[in-house]
Amino acid sequence: MLTLATRSHTRTLLEAAALTAPDADQPAIIYLETDHEPQVITRAHFRQQTAAYAAALRGRGVQPRDLVVIAHTQNLESIYAFWGAMLVGAIPSMFPTLTEKLDPAIYMENMAELARLSDVRAILTTDAFALTLAAHVPCAVWGTSDLQADSADALTAFPAPSPDEIAFLQHSSGTTGLQKGVALAHDAVLNQLAAYSDALALRDDDVLVSWLPLYHDMGLIAGFLLPLVQGIPLVLMSPFDWVQHPAMLFRAIHAYRGTLCWLPNFAYNHCARRIRDRDLEGLSAASMRLFVNCSEPVRHDSHQQFLSRFAPLGVTAAMLGVSYAMAENTFAVTQTPPGVPARLDIIDRDVLTHENRALPVAADHPAAQVRVSCGPLIAHSEARVLDAEGNPLPDRQVGEIAVRSDCMLTGYYRRPDLPLPADGWYRTGDRGYRAADELYIVGRSKDLIINAGKNVYPQDIEAIANHVPNVVPGRAVCFGVPDEREGTELIALVAEVRTQDPAEQRQVGAALRQAVAAQSSVTLTYVKLVDDRWLIKTSSGKIARAANRDKWLREQEQG
Amino acid sequence: MIHETTLREQLRAYITRELIRDAKYPLENDEGIITGGLMDSFSLAEMAVFVEKTFNVYIPDADLTVAKMDTLDQMVARVLRG
Repeated sequence: MLTLATRSHTRTLLEAAALTAPDADQPAIIYLETDHEPQVITRAHFRQQTAAYAAALRGRGVQPRDLVVIAHTQNLESIYAFWGAMLVGAIPSMFPTLTEKLDPAIYMENMAELARLSDVRAILTTDAFALTLAAHVPCAVWGTSDLQADSADALTAFPAPSPDEIAFLQHSSGTTGLQKGVALAHDAVLNQLAAYSDALALRDDDVLVSWLPLYHDMGLIAGFLLPLVQGIPLVLMSPFDWVQHPAMLFRAIHAYRGTLCWLPNFAYNHCARRIRDRDLEGLSAASMRLFVNCSEPVRHDSHQQFLSRFAPLGVTAAMLGVSYAMAENTFAVTQTPPGVPARLDIIDRDVLTHENRALPVAADHPAAQVRVSCGPLIAHSEARVLDAEGNPLPDRQVGEIAVRSDCMLTGYYRRPDLPLPADGWYRTGDRGYRAADELYIVGRSKDLIINAGKNVYPQDIEAIANHVPNVVPGRAVCFGVPDEREGTELIALVAEVRTQDPAEQRQVGAALRQAVAAQSSVTLTYVKLVDDRWLIKTSSGKIARAANRDKWLREQEQG
Repeated sequence: MIHETTLREQLRAYITRELIRDAKYPLENDEGIITGGLMDSFSLAEMAVFVEKTFNVYIPDADLTVAKMDTLDQMVARVLRG
């Protein structure tokens, strides 16, 4: 097993247990799908399939360092393609698939933009979509049937990459058309997996259960690379299947005696509220060691709801862990220790708001607020809390978090306009504080909205709104609204419109919702249409996002 | 026996109030609720819980998909099948 103690034995990800370990009949992946029999992929089968993809890619002329974008539906083929590309030394990157809600024309436009900006060698997708997409992008597009290899035995002929070569890109969300490809080298990823496995006290008999998308860092690193590199079984399902059928997760934990599972905060509420009692009958989750809450602000009440709903299945407070992570650090920066409930810090909400300080108070204090710890730093990752001038702050002072480690990105792929910090300290844009050697996150420096684990840039939504007929261009404002019931931020949009006619306003509202659904991966929960007196502008005439958000919240409170 | 009109109006009221969060929203019978960007596909699971509690109808996972449950008409028809 890859740990800090054994780290020096592994040079690249191609030595992953799924590819190299003995016991070839052990399951590498168990793929679950509603209304289908489970598919058990043994190590032997995984090796054969990835080698076939590698041979086929090489047959198509793919060279080391070529960028290969994988835009399949999330299924086993996308996984074989990812590893196949790495085997030939190419750089794979997982991308979101086209869903029934998204507008195909806009999706293809984004892919074309990506292909141009990043010099993509080829996009891999389903046979059904390949022909259509090929007509819209300036690079090769290959469907499954284009990648049938005659022989997979050429695998040994591939030279192993150097450990400092880029292994893959993780496309972190960015404003439209300018997605940032976080380039990660083999040694950085292995450093992360070794340090993180130690923090998790990873065991040979762990079983990882995941529904997370593979194009986000949590799904790609924790929910995919970790188990395949370490040789523990991965029980995997598609995020689209899971959100509609959340009980799948508990059926999977029960059936395969799952021990580890990563979830964004909203998923705790989703599971607690939206699984029918009937679907939990006879199930046990007592095999679990750790649920890790990660990728959006952690809420104590979400943990409490989850705990009270699933305690009858054997879920305990000691199973509810937390991690603070980001793609630029490969993944985790912190992790709460397994087997111990995450620490709670009860602080004064007013002092936090007005003085940027986390002042401990008694639980019955009128301004008491519960903060859940993200845990201590994992080995070889360092964090600082900085003031506005970049000076380190003492414990319990809130500032921007900066991170330095041995598992940082190589750089943003083909983005010389985004250089890495010269001093090695990556500014995260997250605000938080340290107390007793643990890290607490309280918010963001920027206007980023985190909706159900997805990063949403308000300016992207506003740009979509500006093109909707009857919306006054430049007069739309988007912001996040924390929602206790959902355990995440919901998205609100206020738009100035040219019409006060109720029927026309209804059309504008519908068109706004439709446009956002078709052009982004999120849904607007609140749409407010206003006349030219409502929006608050700055002295320079710009829309003041925070001031408008406050005004909207006040109006909501007043009903 | 569930009365169709009652069912339709109860579902409409529930969806606009709880899922669209705008009780006054004039939801049409054949309007795409998920494809129209009115609610997330996450909300299908929530609707399934509501339907089971309110009408005692268990909709199996295979029927809880965007393709099969995008409009009020589709939902009503599925609940009536029992």
